Amino acid sequence: MKEALIFLAATVLCVPIAKRFGLGSVLGYLIAGAIIGPWGLRFISNVESTLHLAELGVVLLLFVIGLELEPKRLAATRHAVFVGGSLQIAACGVVLALGLYAFGVPPTAAVIAGITLALSSTAIAISTMQERNELATPTGQSIFGILLFQDIAALPLIALVPLLGHVPHAGGLTVWERAGIAFAAIAGVIVIGRYLLRPLLRLIARVNLREVFTAFALLLVIGIALFVQEAGLSPALGGFLAGVLLASSEFRHALESDIEPFKGLLLGLFFIAVGMTIDFGLLLSQTRDVALLVAGFLALKLAALYLVARALDITKRQRLLFAILLSQGGEFAFVVFGVAKLAHVLTPEWEDLLTIVVALSMAATPLLLVIHDKLIARAVRTEREDDTIDQQEPIIIAGFGRFGQIVGRLLFANGMRAVVLDHDPDQIELLRDFGFPVFYGDASRLDLLRAAGAADAKLLVNAIDNVEDSLALVDRVRANFPNLRIIARARNVSHYFELRLRGVEVVERELFEGSLRTGRRALEAMGVEPFRARDMANAFRQHNVALMDSMLPHYRDQQRLMSLAKSGREELEAQFRQDREKFEKEHPEGWG
Amino acid sequence: METIALVYAHPYPRRSIACRALVDSAATLDGVEVRSLYNLYPDFEIDVAAERAVLERAGLVVLMHPIYWYSVPGMLKHYFDVVLTKGWAYGEGGGALAGKDCLWVSTTGGNDDAYTPEGRHHHVFAHFTPPVEQTARYCGMHWLDPFIVHGSHEIGAQALAASAAALKQRLADWRAKR
Repeated sequence: MKEALIFLAATVLCVPIAKRFGLGSVLGYLIAGAIIGPWGLRFISNVESTLHLAELGVVLLLFVIGLELEPKRLAATRHAVFVGGSLQIAACGVVLALGLYAFGVPPTAAVIAGITLALSSTAIAISTMQERNELATPTGQSIFGILLFQDIAALPLIALVPLLGHVPHAGGLTVWERAGIAFAAIAGVIVIGRYLLRPLLRLIARVNLREVFTAFALLLVIGIALFVQEAGLSPALGGFLAGVLLASSEFRHALESDIEPFKGLLLGLFFIAVGMTIDFGLLLSQTRDVALLVAGFLALKLAALYLVARALDITKRQRLLFAILLSQGGEFAFVVFGVAKLAHVLTPEWEDLLTIVVALSMAATPLLLVIHDKLIARAVRTEREDDTIDQQEPIIIAGFGRFGQIVGRLLFANGMRAVVLDHDPDQIELLRDFGFPVFYGDASRLDLLRAAGAADAKLLVNAIDNVEDSLALVDRVRANFPNLRIIARARNVSHYFELRLRGVEVVERELFEGSLRTGRRALEAMGVEPFRARDMANAFRQHNVALMDSMLPHYRDQQRLMSLAKSGREELEAQFRQDREKFEKEHPEGWG
Repeated sequence: METIALVYAHPYPRRSIACRALVDSAATLDGVEVRSLYNLYPDFEIDVAAERAVLERAGLVVLMHPIYWYSVPGMLKHYFDVVLTKGWAYGEGGGALAGKDCLWVSTTGGNDDAYTPEGRHHHVFAHFTPPVEQTARYCGMHWLDPFIVHGSHEIGAQALAASAAALKQRLADWRAKR
């Protein structure tokens, strides 16, 4: 009870503060752990058992991710898993082993420790990506594939350590026998998952007791994780496997929402436990060595990862992010170093040093990300030169995000030719692959507009999402190409007014039509006949557009605008009432 | 079994009394496919391929609607315009409807007296038939005797029920003859 109190209090105190300073929740947990751990306030002394319990958080994290991944999509990531994964481990492993050797670690230990340090922290990388919404991006997917491969690679590594050591390991199994057992275990899990779990879940669900279902879900994940661990594989891999197997079942959402809170808390506990392992005694007595090791480790691994990213065709702007997300040592290192010490591969001194290096490298990830984001934010503005545009078409589309793309695709699909300007480099590379004539550049720049043929073009579609940029573009065009017609996207009402006041005649509010259509669907769902729902939406549109027009001359006059909007609302109600009466009159029941 | 395609054009089907009674009754027969155009395509975006598929598997095409301005409602006219096009309904490669039967079922608001030379509409109702009839004939369909319910505004429940039953009987008879 007391321990739980300490954990929860530390979480509630540290995580919001870390987030407030833009450091991410992971660092908050790590700091919380360092504070309450045996090297801080000594509230908790049993780091080992906490870490063991908290490992369940990582298992649950992978389970939930597996749930979200349908087998079909998993098959599509094969390349990322095997090619990306092996490349990453090989590249980072070699570089780090050489580095350790240069630092005075004996060759065997350097190889083992090098490969071990090449592994990254699934927990940190994935939860950070989730927090930043990067998991679904191509970079996120390839990081995910690599992490998955690392979980698989854990097996030979743990088997290898005792072989290289001075004591024969218990059990006396060869590497091949171990591999056989592992494969059999995975096959077993797949068979059980396919044929046994669903009927079992159905049976449990029929009991209709939520706690029982939750308990069973936890039992299931923990059971599979332990089973897989017995076979020498990482328990996280087991959790992932269980998730994938249940991804297409009808219980997916129920499992997800049941497991989610446990996942969050236990993952937090895991980070706290890692924070507690940071040995401040060692840190103070060997500050120079530790600092040198952490810096060297991060520098080497980041450099190797950057090259791997290049080899994996990750876009230039994402490479550093890729490297940082995978730069830290993994939770698995704690286990391997422990085994290596027992097998006399690593001296206890090195084990202590490397453990603290891994823990500190984990803490470094959120900090590196903060620096990365600052750098990128600046680089985006300055780094890339605008493209030279060698194409002139009757239509110019400025802004090719979700909005501009639909406009553009409709035009292209019907044989219209257009030059597209956008300022998101990643987007541009992707769209070019699809054959769109997209050029990088700030559309409001005069020379760029001229190069795109603004002097002769018939139409400019202004689909820029940033309000200021959009207005700057309109000003520039109005001043220099007064004959160029503009069709503009408005983000919101004030943007709409600003555009209209600048003389743009065709302005579409980006959410208006979609919302109106959704409203129509809602009316239909409530039993209004589709054609009548259409009448209603049309009346609403007409009234709304008329109201906007009447407000336009008074846009700068807030007071007047407010009263207009208010009377507009009353007018709308009155008009709807009239409309209903008129409808009843024109279409009395029984007509036809 | 050949189906019966019931192409139905009423903008607000639930406000209808006469047409609704007719449709509901006809729909109880097996193999009747009701296509309520205004419900399916409130934006007039008719799915031409889907509508053609319905017509193709039918042996009898029923066109049902209230009379609007001496003619079909706008939706049905639009349906003719986009579904019955050259190369499918007529002309080279056309003839998809050739040999099928066509039954026109319609309801009018006024009573019988309105459709006389002396009445409000100055013409007998048969004068308004040719555009629809010739559309069907041009596509090679056999024009059956139309089924028109007059005075749907004041028709009594009993008369309406009789009309509905009569329509169903006509469809059943058509099927029996096949």
